[in-house]
Amino acid sequence: MDDTRRSFLKFAGISALGLGGISTLTSLMPGPATATKGASAPLYKDTNKALTAKRWGMVIDTRKLTPSLCEKMIDACHKAHNVPNHDNERHTIKWLWEDDFEHVFPMKHDEYLADRLDNLPILALCNQCNNPPCVQVCPTKATFQREDGIVMMDFHRCIGCRFCMAACPYGSRSFNFRDPRPAIEKENPDFPTRMKGVVEKCNFCAERLAEGKMPACVEVSEGALVFGDLEDPSSEIRKVLRENYAIRRKQNLGTNPSVYYII
Amino acid sequence: MLESAFKGSKGYWVWLLALLAVIGVGFGFYLRQLTFGLGITGMSRDVSWGFYIAQFTFLVGVAASAVMLVIPYYLHDYKKFGRITVLGEFLAVSSVIMCLLFIIADLGQPMRLFNVLIHPTPSSMLFWDMVVLNGYLFLNIVIGWNVLDAERNSVPPPQWVKPLIYISIPWAISIHTVTAFLYCGLPGRGFWLTAILAPRFLASAFAAGPAFLIILAFIVRGFAKYDAGRDQIQTMAKIVTYGAIANVFFFLCEVFVAIYSQIPEHTAHLQYLFFGLHGHGVLVPWMWTSIFLMLAAITLLVIPAARQNEVVLGIACIAIFVGIWIDKGLGMISGGFIPNPLHHVREYVPTIPEIAITIAVYATGFLILTILYKVVVGVKQEVGE
Repeated sequence: MDDTRRSFLKFAGISALGLGGISTLTSLMPGPATATKGASAPLYKDTNKALTAKRWGMVIDTRKLTPSLCEKMIDACHKAHNVPNHDNERHTIKWLWEDDFEHVFPMKHDEYLADRLDNLPILALCNQCNNPPCVQVCPTKATFQREDGIVMMDFHRCIGCRFCMAACPYGSRSFNFRDPRPAIEKENPDFPTRMKGVVEKCNFCAERLAEGKMPACVEVSEGALVFGDLEDPSSEIRKVLRENYAIRRKQNLGTNPSVYYII
Repeated sequence: MLESAFKGSKGYWVWLLALLAVIGVGFGFYLRQLTFGLGITGMSRDVSWGFYIAQFTFLVGVAASAVMLVIPYYLHDYKKFGRITVLGEFLAVSSVIMCLLFIIADLGQPMRLFNVLIHPTPSSMLFWDMVVLNGYLFLNIVIGWNVLDAERNSVPPPQWVKPLIYISIPWAISIHTVTAFLYCGLPGRGFWLTAILAPRFLASAFAAGPAFLIILAFIVRGFAKYDAGRDQIQTMAKIVTYGAIANVFFFLCEVFVAIYSQIPEHTAHLQYLFFGLHGHGVLVPWMWTSIFLMLAAITLLVIPAARQNEVVLGIACIAIFVGIWIDKGLGMISGGFIPNPLHHVREYVPTIPEIAITIAVYATGFLILTILYKVVVGVKQEVGE
């Protein structure tokens, strides 16, 4: 080996060590967000089409929700992401689903709840918390937070310990208790299918945002869902939040959800 | 020293073969779990940890309880425990091995286990649990083996073992503390979200562990003709008594806070466990059995005349062990998941394959324990104790 090559390798090795050291240090700092933020240099090619934000958020206008609309949005989501439909209830996988007000907001249930809410299906999904407990507890960083706030899963790194499912206060995570592939009605080749033994959940359609498309559920929502940058004061989502009183699920836990509900 | 494990009576070999048969059956079910997935268990989206993690939690306690022999012997110079301290340490070894096996049995992708080392994540309590459990296993193997070897050669144990023994004391506390931290740091789980969870885990461990050791001492006395000693057993009985009372006290503290504050997120789980919720209550008879066993055993143990009767003591120890096993091995984990974060009640019952795998892990632990105890008894008889 000639000298330049050797010194290059030496340099590369030392740099790698240094970088490793930095990432270890940042991961020791408080707050799970700091563990992944900042260190990620873009490894992909920028197509310029991608929709970007400082912190993606969603507003669900429950006044516009109807059972058929909810079904349409759930269907769009589950088809886009190859979410299987298992017969056994224990093995259920769901990214986006509907439930009663008293279950989506268990602490806000009221005996004298407005009639409208009593029979209304409310959408539930991953809250893409800005302070996500699931990221904090994951022992392999298989679940991580991107700079734009989206909490993502690396299906290839997940060991299936399900710590994130215990940590999530919203029941937003599902585990592949069996091979999901036979239970997928029609496979969408644009999104990976999963294997048994890993956890999955809503990803705010990160794969669609990268192509300049809005999330699948938002696209078919007929205006019931508003999606945008929570940190951009001129964004539509901020306008909607300025003009309407909106609540978030279990806000008292400090997870800082990015999904708002107009009641 | 290991050679004495290869010489044994017919009963010894039959026992080992029986354990191997149980392990074989369980391993068959595990292969099925590997191919099909964790769907063969009773776990679900709502109760995402079940029997495996509950057994793991219980056995971390049994492992940690070795410290209840180490402290009197090494810190208080209570010489009599010299006869049994190594029994406690080897019980810890086999318990930690069972803990690790239960973790592996619970993983969806066990072949990716080493991702925990490749991508170490200090913010995850599971990372720290891996560190403390493996460290504790290492400490107890090294300490137990060297002290026993020294005893066989009638020399004092090597000097370098001493610091390891002192380290093993806080380390034992740490394994059950970190295990409690797996649960009590989660924001949405009211049942576990209590600062007293780690102390409660330790109290129940210091009751169940020594109670099991007393039962083992009776078994060893019967089968291997090695007597742990009456005084030793009586001292352990007092430790069990204190542990059991502390455990019930901590539990009542929990009940008071939940019931008096009447915060639904905290009361709902207790209500589910002890009275049933929305018509669901598979664990109700179990939980009351646990309470009854604990209180009955404490009543027996606090009466000196009863405690000093070894038959009564044996029964009380079984009651303590079973009572705490129900509390931690059945109620503690699934109770935290029911009702779920959306306040739906979805119950959990382990399946036959799940139970078979669980029993096989226990059989593996007993196999290791039997071999280690055979070695201990061999050495003790050799030196004529």
